[in-house]
Amino acid sequence: MSGGEIGLVVSVFLACAVEAVEALTIVLAVGVTRSWSSALYGVGAATVALAVVVAGLGPALTSLPIDVLRLGVGGLLLVFGLQWLRKAILRAAGLKALHDEEAAFAGQVAAAQVAGGAGRGFDGYAFAISFKGVLLEGLEVAFIVLTFGANQHRVGLAGVAAAAAVGAVVAGGVAARAPLSRVPENTMKFAVGLMLTTFGTFWGAEGAGASWPGADSALLGLIAVYAAVSVILVAALRRRQDRVRAGEAPLAGVVEGA
Amino acid sequence: MRRIDAAGRGVWDFVVGDDWRTALGVVVGLGVTALVAQTTVAAWWVLPVVVGALLGRSLWRAAP
Repeated sequence: MSGGEIGLVVSVFLACAVEAVEALTIVLAVGVTRSWSSALYGVGAATVALAVVVAGLGPALTSLPIDVLRLGVGGLLLVFGLQWLRKAILRAAGLKALHDEEAAFAGQVAAAQVAGGAGRGFDGYAFAISFKGVLLEGLEVAFIVLTFGANQHRVGLAGVAAAAAVGAVVAGGVAARAPLSRVPENTMKFAVGLMLTTFGTFWGAEGAGASWPGADSALLGLIAVYAAVSVILVAALRRRQDRVRAGEAPLAGVVEGA
Repeated sequence: MRRIDAAGRGVWDFVVGDDWRTALGVVVGLGVTALVAQTTVAAWWVLPVVVGALLGRSLWRAAP
């Protein structure tokens, strides 16, 4: 397996596992509170929709000229990667609340209980919430599968990595019978952000006409530099936050949001 | 019309996220890389520098 393929498998597996943990929390909440069958119909429908997106766009992407593909894919991965990395750095620095699966589960359960309309037979609320949760959490993963896979003409390998991640998370959820709150989500998101930013930079620059010194081995240098920059930024933000707490700057609070 | 608006907003949120300046910076960085690549100067360093600057600026804006 080449370095690019290892990057593909690791990035897709981690991104998919993180999103699957969040989707599992939503499905568990509506399944336990409302209707398991309707929640699982929602999961099935969303999975089919995601498969249609991948199957429909995959061949179209792989037919593009390689430089156009790399420029477009690199740009998209960079935008996604910087979003993941920025949020992970803010969380690591204590400036953004960590995603709490138990709190998210409690919130979903409370919303499902007050929604009303639950009865025997098909439960539209459970179906809709489950469908929306899986589709929204899965859409970014579908794009990561498509962009990584299409760029290396290995959409199938990316799909297998995604399926393995979902399988692992579902198995964990079935074993725990609870939200997977112990999964180190921020560390995984940090890793995904680093991988997406690294590959986005590499492919984007190549698509724009640049040549990397050392060819594919430049990927290792890029990921090391971005990891070092991220660690420095976390430390700098923590120091700044400490100064704020010590009263050297205006009062501040933790940024809310997922 | 509302559905088209909602779909457009959804695509914007999905692709661009909550910091449009970073997305614009990525496009500008790719453009500058393409311009430098047309010259005799090596162009590979442009995008990592732009990415580092975008990340730092975005974090400093987001931090209270």
